[in-house]
Amino acid sequence: MLQLTARLRDRFAQWGLRGPTPEAAPIVLTQRRIYVLPTKPGLAFALSIVVMLLGTINYSLSLGYVLVFLLAGLGVSAILHAFRNLSRLHLSPGRAEPVFAGERAHFGIQLTNPAASSKLAISLRLSGQSAVLADVPAQGRTDIELALPAPRRGWLVLPRITIETTYPLGLVRAWAYAAPNLRCLVYPAPAAKAPPLPLGAGDQQGSRLGGSGNDDFAGLRAHQLADSPHHVAWKAVARQAGDGLITKLFSGESSETLWLDWDNLPAGLDTETALSILVHWVLDAHIAGFSWGLRLPGKEVEPAAGEAHLQACLTLLALQ
Amino acid sequence: MIFKRKPTPPPTPLTRRQGVWLLAAALAGFLPLVPWLPPWMAPIAGVAFAWRGFLLWRGWGLPPRWLLVLLTFGGTVAVGFQFRTIFGKDPGIALLGLFLALKLLEMRSPRDALTVIFLGYFLALSQFFYAQGIVNAVFMAVTLIVTVGAQINLNHAGEPALKPLPTLRLAGVMLVQSLPFMLVLFVLFPRIPGPLWGLPLDAHSGMTGLSDSMAPGSISKLSQSDAIAFRVRFKEATPPPQSQLYWRGPVMSEFDGRLWRAGAPRVVEGLPYETASATSSIEQEVTLEAHNKPWLFALELPVSLPADAFMSRDYQLLAKGLVRSRLRYEVRSSPKLAPGVAETESTLNRALALPDNINPRSRELAARLRQEANGNPHRITAALEAFFARALLIYTLNPPLLGQNSVDEFLFDSKRGFCEHFAASYVFLARAAGVPARVVTGYQGGEINPVDGVLVVRQYDAHAWAEVWLPGQGWQRVDPTAASAPSRIEGNLAAAVPAGDPLPLLAQPAFAWLKEIRYRLDAVGFAWNQWVLGYNPQKQKEFLESLGMKAPDWKSMTSALALFCGLLLLGFTAWALHQRRRLAPAQAAWEKLSRKLARHQLARLPWEGPRDYLTRLAAALPQRRDELSVIEGLYESLRYSPNPPPELLATLRRRIREFRP
Repeated sequence: MLQLTARLRDRFAQWGLRGPTPEAAPIVLTQRRIYVLPTKPGLAFALSIVVMLLGTINYSLSLGYVLVFLLAGLGVSAILHAFRNLSRLHLSPGRAEPVFAGERAHFGIQLTNPAASSKLAISLRLSGQSAVLADVPAQGRTDIELALPAPRRGWLVLPRITIETTYPLGLVRAWAYAAPNLRCLVYPAPAAKAPPLPLGAGDQQGSRLGGSGNDDFAGLRAHQLADSPHHVAWKAVARQAGDGLITKLFSGESSETLWLDWDNLPAGLDTETALSILVHWVLDAHIAGFSWGLRLPGKEVEPAAGEAHLQACLTLLALQ
Repeated sequence: MIFKRKPTPPPTPLTRRQGVWLLAAALAGFLPLVPWLPPWMAPIAGVAFAWRGFLLWRGWGLPPRWLLVLLTFGGTVAVGFQFRTIFGKDPGIALLGLFLALKLLEMRSPRDALTVIFLGYFLALSQFFYAQGIVNAVFMAVTLIVTVGAQINLNHAGEPALKPLPTLRLAGVMLVQSLPFMLVLFVLFPRIPGPLWGLPLDAHSGMTGLSDSMAPGSISKLSQSDAIAFRVRFKEATPPPQSQLYWRGPVMSEFDGRLWRAGAPRVVEGLPYETASATSSIEQEVTLEAHNKPWLFALELPVSLPADAFMSRDYQLLAKGLVRSRLRYEVRSSPKLAPGVAETESTLNRALALPDNINPRSRELAARLRQEANGNPHRITAALEAFFARALLIYTLNPPLLGQNSVDEFLFDSKRGFCEHFAASYVFLARAAGVPARVVTGYQGGEINPVDGVLVVRQYDAHAWAEVWLPGQGWQRVDPTAASAPSRIEGNLAAAVPAGDPLPLLAQPAFAWLKEIRYRLDAVGFAWNQWVLGYNPQKQKEFLESLGMKAPDWKSMTSALALFCGLLLLGFTAWALHQRRRLAPAQAAWEKLSRKLARHQLARLPWEGPRDYLTRLAAALPQRRDELSVIEGLYESLRYSPNPPPELLATLRRRIREFRP
């Protein structure tokens, strides 16, 4: 029974989207895709009105009629306001920064309100997740983030969003479904335990010459957890306005080249474990400031260093 | 609901702002009820409200649950003790008030808060069980607006918090939007004459009015009340003189020594007297307040029966049931009738019966008068009137308490009494002298409201007079009060009673300006009663017929109701759909171009700037390239140059209007 209702609900949502998914941006919540039904308090409100009406008729209270009919009108007004609160809201996909498997992916959604009145207490919810509440000012926009667990590497496509509101009276729920075209890249999780970096392996060019990389100061970057405390630029930290540590980079590090090779991994590993170890290595190499190349079956990234190179390698590993 | 799938989150605690709003809503619901709650409840609820306010102010937690359970239990017991039951209207409303006050201290989740809101709506209704004046309608409006405001806040927990004024404005807008629905429903919802089920016994308690028995002091108690008994609109331009305004009510023939009783009314078919002798008649349109008794009032004596009314053998107008809601009827009366010339023996015997062994001095007086008049009833009544005129009796609102021989004590000792003393003594003397007589109660006089010309009869106009039966003349009205205090009959209560007697505020001459205001309010109140409170099944039918509906019944009313509600709904839906987008004029024109080209799949994409769009259009419509580039140039200057000449806009609009892809 539960499964049946769940399936029906899913079918309804599919139909409720009114078009192919994912949808082109911006998604405008038109009246065709907004649904309105009473909430539990709304049903209780209707029941109260009926009880009051019975009492009013029984005691022939003229002002009772006035009150009961006013409350009924209020219920209608609540429907219209809830509907209007959602109507013509624009949804556009924002950014979704890559995450590692096992973390939560954050999908940015931009809500735009072209109307002359603000839209309040709009809730966005992914199935099974807790809702995010937002107010969108009149002719303004609000950026929100929807979090979703990312258990597996690869592309995590933003599932269907339910946008709903019970504002202003909580008696009716107006809602719509949307499937913005947004996906998040999920890198494989770095292996908890990994063999040490294959220094000196492969093409032999990547060997690190004992400590000579610490010689020439090359610049500064934000401190990362794995950076050695010896490399913290304390003077720079003291000068800067914000908090957070700064790491000194040394030019010697970039001269080293290291090949991280699928074939160099211990034999007998399954693909996921192998990828995790490679991710671990790539991160280690990046943190240590090595210049490294990556070889996967049928693919190869030329040795390089830096943030962009790191992203490129992780992307390749995610989609392997 | 079917499609709702929400992992039920733990109830979110209420914010302080929501707490303040709920406190305000509870106060707004509770305050209008205070006059009708048991007197001990207001201070207790006040303490609960103050306690809650203090906790909100200090940001402290709510009291423990066991304490609230104890308070609720104690309060319920107290209410039960006060009313001897916890069921019924009065204890029910008292309990509602109590629960509201205590629920405020037990608000942990939005669900509790919602209970407070709904209790507030119920409390707004319950004041109407006691009063339905304009003031109560105003109270209802205030209660509603604050409660709706609280409800709005309840549904907006996030930051930034809603400000109070815009919240109240939204609540006001929503209530104003529900007004047309209310009006349509009020006018067209088929009115069902209540009650639907048996009314509890206390449903109509607390209504003031005449009763079917009269003891010394019962009418003078009524005379302390300003409440309106009924209103009369005369069809004639000049109303009858004040001294002719005797509004006949219960007629009392049975006397047990202390209490005069009407006895069970004996009903007759039609009118029990000849109306042929009626030369002129006075037409009256009476609007009678509910008084929970069957009697109707009319000038003495009616020559026509109102619809759904009949008359008793002692000429009292009666409705078919108890008058439990305001009733309007038309009746004609003629002052010059001699009814009951051929009265039955049994009625006359009833009108002569007296209990033995009381009021010996009065009996002695009556016997002497009878002897002096040789038993002639005409002369006896004349002698009685002369006695009352000479007896130096004082008409007062504060008569002393009388003992067993009340007539003797009044006539010979205290000599101070109100109209019921006069009437009862006169009837006693007449009977003792062998003239059939009875007490008639009702109202005397009334006050013409100069604003709308309606005569208002209040409870303090309640009066008692006598009726004697004379052979050949039938029943004749005698007002012994008039003999002692003629100004009561020709003027009003204030003119008749000695200075220093506590008068109802409105009867006091010093408050003339208050009276003036009261006249105006009364006129408004009369319209209010006629159209709002008096809108019963009968009035609804009349009103709808006057609007051109033929033979309105519940079917035609329901269809009209559906039609109007549907129209309203359509109008409001259009409003909900139409949301202004405030575009700059140039932007609006540019959008129009995009809409024109949408038919050719060339609508502007949301992210496309004017130049990109132009490039794409020019590629798709090469033959229109020049025109398009002129339009784009105009748009660009309008949007981005610091001070575009205003005529550019007109040119842009014209060009876009004339553009054909």
